[in-house]
Amino acid sequence: MSRASTCHVATRKGLFTVTRGASGWCVSRAAFLGDNCTLTMHDPRTGVLVVALGHGHFGAKLHRSHDEGATWQEIGTPAYPPMPDGYTPKMTHNGKAIDWTLKLVWALAPGGANERGVIWCGTMPGGLFKSEDGGDSWTLNRALWDDPKREMWFGGGADYPGIHSICVHPGDADDVVIGISCGGAWVTRDGGQSWSVGGTGMRAEYMPPEMQFEPNAQDPHQVVQCLANPDALWVQHHNGIFRSTDRAASWSEIKNVNPSAFGFAVAVHPRDAETVWLVPALKDEKRYPADGRVVVNRTRDGGKTFETLTTGLPQQHAYDLVYRHALDIDESGEVLAFGSTTGSLWVTENGGDSWQTVSSNLPPIHSVRFGQSG
Amino acid sequence: MPTVRFTDNIQRHVECPTRVVGGARVRDALDAYFSANPRARGYVLDERGRLREHMAIFVNGGQLRDRAGLTDPVEDEGIIDVIQALSGGES
Repeated sequence: MSRASTCHVATRKGLFTVTRGASGWCVSRAAFLGDNCTLTMHDPRTGVLVVALGHGHFGAKLHRSHDEGATWQEIGTPAYPPMPDGYTPKMTHNGKAIDWTLKLVWALAPGGANERGVIWCGTMPGGLFKSEDGGDSWTLNRALWDDPKREMWFGGGADYPGIHSICVHPGDADDVVIGISCGGAWVTRDGGQSWSVGGTGMRAEYMPPEMQFEPNAQDPHQVVQCLANPDALWVQHHNGIFRSTDRAASWSEIKNVNPSAFGFAVAVHPRDAETVWLVPALKDEKRYPADGRVVVNRTRDGGKTFETLTTGLPQQHAYDLVYRHALDIDESGEVLAFGSTTGSLWVTENGGDSWQTVSSNLPPIHSVRFGQSG
Repeated sequence: MPTVRFTDNIQRHVECPTRVVGGARVRDALDAYFSANPRARGYVLDERGRLREHMAIFVNGGQLRDRAGLTDPVEDEGIIDVIQALSGGES
């Protein structure tokens, strides 16, 4: 497996390309300077790069590059359909009705290897869109949107619910698992024609006691899937760390994790479902690294034990928070990168044993995604 | 016929030159404008056709009243200014 040599860093003030040179990783290009870049997607089938922008005034937009970010072209934007006549959306927990309008592009994922042109897009307020033409046009998945249980979703850290994770089975493109804050993990086995909420096991302390294990009320901050073992899913959840070995049919909690089981980002080794990295933070009401020390937790035994990795990471008065899309792993499983709300970016080339600081001065980082390898 | 003018800030995303268009209401005038410049529509209106939350429209210097339906009348020689609101620009 070749190692990643390019990384795309989406920030509050632009998109930065980071490349591996003879002397290490460094920022090699800036694009969309001043604009709020919320997410990128690199398509390994085509080399195409897609960036999501969240213009405060002008709405969410998508742009596509066929040359690894050298030039860009605006493409279609997912659009919600009109509400049916006479329909009144239900109120969510905060008393706000779900507005049928795009608030945020929160997930982008290529379709299956044999589905050239297919891209899935998760959004806030909870719509899942699919493009079959590389992002030129988008269609709302009505089977999920029209499911009455969808109206039970609610926002987690935002006014509206959103789909932030999309895991397409590497061997069966019709098998897709998505993660929703807050709506748990949902599964389709038929390419999106029908959906069901995953099984029990996740735990939501923020719900009344009788509802804490309700699958549709869970807040998985991120869901990731092992490429070589797609039955294996890992979740960094609002209330802890969970794993599934049966493709979301059931979940088990990983307990006794220090310094914290709270966080947003999780990465699983592409060929070893037992090896996982997480970036812990003090739990929900605080959201900064414990003791001001940036650390990465790594397990190599499926969560039985964790190593807390610190070499190369700041260990004094560091208050970097790492968002859910801001940790990535390459196909070799050795190169990882993560970025923080305070604009720090770190890369490891040895599975996290040691980290190189690429920058401490970038804008707040929303997303880190590897691009081309070799 | 009314004149439609756009904020400078939108120009780096999508070119929106000042144009004279037909229409007796703001909706009609903007529809006429966007029919010749369809990409600009999504920067000003959402998919429901409502004025985006952090955009503003003035008609002859007066603030638009109907942000959802854009039914405010505009006189034949009226001026419609499409600008960004000072809200929505998180730093």
